[in-house]
Amino acid sequence: MDNLKEKAFQDKIDQDTRIEPKDWMPENYRKALIRQISQHAHSEIVGMLPEGNWVTRAPNLRRKVALLAKVQDEAGHGLYLYAAAETLGVSRDDLIDQLHTGKAKYSSIFNYPTISWADMGTIGWLVDGAAIMNQVPLCRCSYGPYARAMVRVCKEESFHQRQGYEILLTLSRGTEAQKQMLQDSVNRWWWPSLMMFGPSDSDSPHSAQSMAWKIKRFSNDELRQRFVDACVDQARILGVTLPDPDLKWNEERGHYDFGEIDWDEFWQVVKGHGPCNKDRIETRVKAYEDGAWVREAATAYAEKQAKRKEKVA
Amino acid sequence: MNKDLHNYIIQLGDNSLILGHRISEWCGHGPVLEQDIALTNIALDHVGQARMYYQLAATMEPGKTEDDYAYLRTVTEYKNLLLLEQENKDFGYTIARSFYYDQFHLLILRVLKSCGNKDLSEIAAQAYKEVSYHCRFSSDWVKRLGDGTEESHRRIQRALDEFFPYTAEFFAPSEADNYMAGKYGVDLSKLSSQWSVIVENIVREATLTMPTTPYPQLGGKQGRHSEKLGFILTELQYMQRTYPNSTW
Amino acid sequence: MKDWPLYEVFIRSKAGLHHRHVGSLHAADDTMAIEHARDVYCRRNEGVSIWVVKSDDIVANDPAESDALFNPAENKVYRHPTFYDLPDNVKHM
Repeated sequence: MDNLKEKAFQDKIDQDTRIEPKDWMPENYRKALIRQISQHAHSEIVGMLPEGNWVTRAPNLRRKVALLAKVQDEAGHGLYLYAAAETLGVSRDDLIDQLHTGKAKYSSIFNYPTISWADMGTIGWLVDGAAIMNQVPLCRCSYGPYARAMVRVCKEESFHQRQGYEILLTLSRGTEAQKQMLQDSVNRWWWPSLMMFGPSDSDSPHSAQSMAWKIKRFSNDELRQRFVDACVDQARILGVTLPDPDLKWNEERGHYDFGEIDWDEFWQVVKGHGPCNKDRIETRVKAYEDGAWVREAATAYAEKQAKRKEKVA
Repeated sequence: MNKDLHNYIIQLGDNSLILGHRISEWCGHGPVLEQDIALTNIALDHVGQARMYYQLAATMEPGKTEDDYAYLRTVTEYKNLLLLEQENKDFGYTIARSFYYDQFHLLILRVLKSCGNKDLSEIAAQAYKEVSYHCRFSSDWVKRLGDGTEESHRRIQRALDEFFPYTAEFFAPSEADNYMAGKYGVDLSKLSSQWSVIVENIVREATLTMPTTPYPQLGGKQGRHSEKLGFILTELQYMQRTYPNSTW
Repeated sequence: MKDWPLYEVFIRSKAGLHHRHVGSLHAADDTMAIEHARDVYCRRNEGVSIWVVKSDDIVANDPAESDALFNPAENKVYRHPTFYDLPDNVKHM
């Protein structure tokens, strides 16, 4: 019976028919989706912190409102994604608990510190740029609520990368100190950005099944290559050097070759040993715990109001 | 340049900037995702208003920009109300601070909206819509917290009590306020009783007690601030002070 | 501590159009749900009117019965204008 169902399910996916929450789906599809969507949601929420850092220190009012709006968008994106995950029968509370207890992962890039204003630009350019590469294909992923959330996310995300790049352009035309700030920031963020696409295809355990299910539409290495190719010219316009001596055009492949990623660093950060892993989770847990009395108060008030309404009626 | 009018505009701008800055500190730390977004919307409204006031002030002072006012003035040159620089502490304090101020802010904007100064009335008309929403937000939360759990009741009452002495400054006129009263009829003394009635009604509905104060806290409008403003400016102005004369 | 209830949000993007489902959110009560919908889903001028409804209050059909519900409409081609043959010189019909 389940085999038949599974066959019908895979046929639907192969025909690009979207799967909706109440449709039958294999348990592993549900699990993989919950894992992927919640990881994605957590990344948005934790991702608010490194940039939120600079909201109070933005160098002028125009930058301040843009940054604030951008970080707020990330909260919105986290919210859309949690809601998409919730359609699969898991509560937001459970998902948040998984984040706080370390059971769920989030993008490792947010475990790196933002130590200069230039980092706001670099995150917009490289980190959001890498995210967009990952996200645009997901607008066509097989699970309806996820695909729809991603359409919304991508639409809003479009200003983020431009916002970041504009910050960097301004630095590139500025004083010597600003140019140094720019180069230093790119030096620190380039490699972690490449790591955002995940392990090499040969080391990516869930990839093949995810591709068959169309909850992933291109391989890690494909997307990473696309990203590198796009960044080289953008770096040239900024007048920055990408910190990779092996980076060069390969006529034969029609792509840029680039150096070996430090996979040891990648796995160490994934495992919790990055520079900010502990800070990030502590901050999230604190916000959640500090907010408990507020959430409880609103629930209690709503119950009282509902009772009063009943009495009147 | 009309110094009184200029000071008045700066006073309005400083109020908006400092409160917006404080509320923006919540970004990423809200009690629930939806409220994080709501608070940031409000912070953006305030900073947006500050920009409009500073830009208007800059038109009166050749060579100045909005950023000069925000980033290159010292603590004693800032004219914001003392209440607005007080720390967020917890969600209750944040709500109490906004609640007192939002209700006052709306009253002032209602008068400014139809005052004889066209530039100010245009800004006020836009701000009025935003602040109407702020009033709804903060007063709804006063009710939820007041009439929520025992803990929330205790916390919001404490915050209302602690911040109440600062509210006297709303109605203590500066020279600029006096100028506005004489020239444009923006008379603070007329707003005081209106404010009390509105605030008291909501506080009562929230099952809370209206605080009284033995002694008011004044001085922000004259640049005599609490210790907190210095730390706000330290962060706010960090980049401009560290890298002077740069474009960002 | 449990989540606040989940609400579904429907936005009318401009006068004259239907409300359209845009997503969901959590809120403690109906008033808050409207406010959250405004803050979350109308940050870029997306709406002129908001509906919210508790997700639990939505009645939906069972997808297992989809065939019985929707298939019978498939062969009623006479409900569509293209079913009827008219000569080309008949205009405005």
